[in-house]
Amino acid sequence: MTAVDATSALAGTRTVTGPDRRGRTDPLSRLPGPARFGIYLVVGVAILALAREITGAGQLTAEGTFRSALALSMPIALAGLGGLWAERAGVVNIGLEGMMVLGTWFGAYGAIAYGPWTGVLFGVAGGAVGGLLHAVATVSFGVDHIISGVAINLLGVGLTNFLTTTTSSWGNQTKESPQIPNNIVEVDLLPFLNSPLETLSEQNRFFVSDLARITLGLTTNVSLLVLIGIALFPLTWYLLWRTRVGLRLRSVGEDPEAADSLGVKVYGMKYLAVITSGALSGLGGVMLVYLFAEKFQSGQTGGRGYIGLAAMIFGNWRPGGLVMGAGLFGFMDSMQSQVDSTAHALLVVAALVLALLAARSLALRRYTSAGVLAVLGALFWVWYQRTDELPREMIPYFPHIATLLVLVFASQRLRMPAADGKIYRRSGR
Amino acid sequence: MKQRLGPQLAAPLLAIAFALLVSGVILLLAGFNPGDVLSVVLQDGFERQRLVETVNRAGPYYIAGVAVAIGFKMNLFNIGVEGQYKVAALVAAWAGASVSLPGPLHVLFILAAASLTGAAWAFIPAILKATRGVSEVISSIMLNAIAFGFSSFMLTRYFRAPRGEYAGTVGTVPLDDSGRLPSLNGVLERIGIELPGSSRVQSYVLVAVAVGIIYRVVIWRTRFGYDLRASGSNDGAAAASGVDPKRMIILAMLFSGAVAGLVGLNNITGQAGRYTDVSVVSGIGFTGIAVALLGRNHPLGIAFGALLWAFMDALQTPLSTNELPKQITAILQGVTVLSVVIAYEVVRRVGVRQQAAALRRETPAGGAPPPGPGPAREVVPA
Repeated sequence: MTAVDATSALAGTRTVTGPDRRGRTDPLSRLPGPARFGIYLVVGVAILALAREITGAGQLTAEGTFRSALALSMPIALAGLGGLWAERAGVVNIGLEGMMVLGTWFGAYGAIAYGPWTGVLFGVAGGAVGGLLHAVATVSFGVDHIISGVAINLLGVGLTNFLTTTTSSWGNQTKESPQIPNNIVEVDLLPFLNSPLETLSEQNRFFVSDLARITLGLTTNVSLLVLIGIALFPLTWYLLWRTRVGLRLRSVGEDPEAADSLGVKVYGMKYLAVITSGALSGLGGVMLVYLFAEKFQSGQTGGRGYIGLAAMIFGNWRPGGLVMGAGLFGFMDSMQSQVDSTAHALLVVAALVLALLAARSLALRRYTSAGVLAVLGALFWVWYQRTDELPREMIPYFPHIATLLVLVFASQRLRMPAADGKIYRRSGR
Repeated sequence: MKQRLGPQLAAPLLAIAFALLVSGVILLLAGFNPGDVLSVVLQDGFERQRLVETVNRAGPYYIAGVAVAIGFKMNLFNIGVEGQYKVAALVAAWAGASVSLPGPLHVLFILAAASLTGAAWAFIPAILKATRGVSEVISSIMLNAIAFGFSSFMLTRYFRAPRGEYAGTVGTVPLDDSGRLPSLNGVLERIGIELPGSSRVQSYVLVAVAVGIIYRVVIWRTRFGYDLRASGSNDGAAAASGVDPKRMIILAMLFSGAVAGLVGLNNITGQAGRYTDVSVVSGIGFTGIAVALLGRNHPLGIAFGALLWAFMDALQTPLSTNELPKQITAILQGVTVLSVVIAYEVVRRVGVRQQAAALRRETPAGGAPPPGPGPAREVVPA
């Protein structure tokens, strides 16, 4: 299930899966994952295009908006992926933030000392060490997962600040590193399509031009690092849902006693998952260093580890949903630096999304849900009509509010691993 | 079964010793002499000025620790103290500047405003948990972030002092003198404690003491506290004997939030006298978690934790004047927390194993099987 499904569970549609007692089954749910994903993408672009037509805010579907949204969502998505690995094996990882901080510092250190690609490895290793620490505390010593995570966050910040001041090759800076050498190439994914897409994007046709601009934004000048990051999502899906190790790992997160009785090495699986989790958030930290400031800065992560956790929950502990959640956070982040009229147009986007969800509920004969969604959509429309700008300070926090609402209205539809956050002790020890 | 005090006290001490060892190794690796650091700690760390700083810093840490501990007592993890005090400090600073009241009343008004706001912010995760089963940890993390956006939004749009009138940073209108807490220097001088130069003991520490007393009385001496502890250690049994778990979740979070609201007032009722982006330090909510863990939710234990934490903070100044890396204190703090929780867990397991062994000795062969270690249900065993 995905975020869109989750939101549609507004106002108490009760069933989890299968035919709704009060309505029809969603025909979309019968489609295979990738097809559904494609439909959501097309619908999403159409909504943005429509909102652009209504409001005239061209930046809504501009190339630059999506280029920066992609970059901004990468660290969040990777932290979320780290969270996914750990929680699928039953370990809650609030320490993502601290592991990400370790990733930023070691990524910068490795890059300055040995070159950019070694830096990436350093960052990943730094995060993995944080993961190992979390695994030792939670798996071997049975410490509460959240407490260990909080401690690792404190430790990550403390250690990196200490290392920054004591690394003599970095000069006398106490808060940041020198610039890193960044020669990681940027590639065009669809070079043969560039010129036709550019022609299309200048023509100002509804939907087609918008799609062309968005495609250009997402496929041109993409850092190789971002490509690696993106590739990790299908890879994770494959590893966790299509291999034996993945099945074992997830079984540990659902029912460790049963897994143990079948001969799965529960502790080993948890260690594997949590160390991978740290490595992935470390990579998220590396992205933060390489794609933006090109140096380590104290406090650079700005809570993105926590946001990754939110994106993962938003996406219902599934890679596809997580991508959507992270994309939403990244898009909102890039909106913050836009002119007021563009941000204001987001209200129309929200109204359109809600109207569409209402129509969907109507088609599925979920009348209460349809009514609530329609009223909410209308409220957003009125808000747009009555005001000239959005509270800029609040824009980056709209995804947080959206996550909170998904938690509130779709908590029955969210399904986290059954033994998530529980401390497991092998019997007889 | 009665627990022996020895291992209970040995655990944190061992953990602190371990943290010192780790920090020493890190210092060595970074090319410093741990002995130099230790001598600075012993020489300058206990100067009057440093001790004053320790006490001043410990106040907010203690209050945050109590707020977290109230949650722990009920098996709730209030990771949202951070957001609660941020919003509460802003609203209290604004409300305090909008009224004029005589001396002590004004301060009480500000404290009450902060408490109410903190409780209101904590009510959101409470009601979500009680009615929709949403994990308070996740919703609080969201609300922490939202609190930052919300407070900067409210500040710039509604609570901001008129432009130009107060030069410098964006903030609320400064409080009248009646709304500020006096320093305790006068009282201390009268009992014969001279303080050097510019250091002043803020009477905010008395607020922390009051919070500690309230915590002690409410949790251990009232019906509400009894219900809360009962729900915390066995919610099923508590519910069976008539304690409504949903009601307890909401009340515990409200109480925790009300205490959390007071965390950020140190500087607002003190030297700054107004809310700005810098007058309320962030991160104390997380320190509160560490401090509550160190003190095992005990009113005096938390005080010990808060003072220790603040002492390590206060070491930063003498360390940097001696050209030693002051950031080592943060490592010391982080390692201390992690090793303390591990030490408590080890002690708990050893205790359980001893109990089981004792039971095995007492029961004849073929008798009742000894109790296994069992899952650690409580976040922190009380």
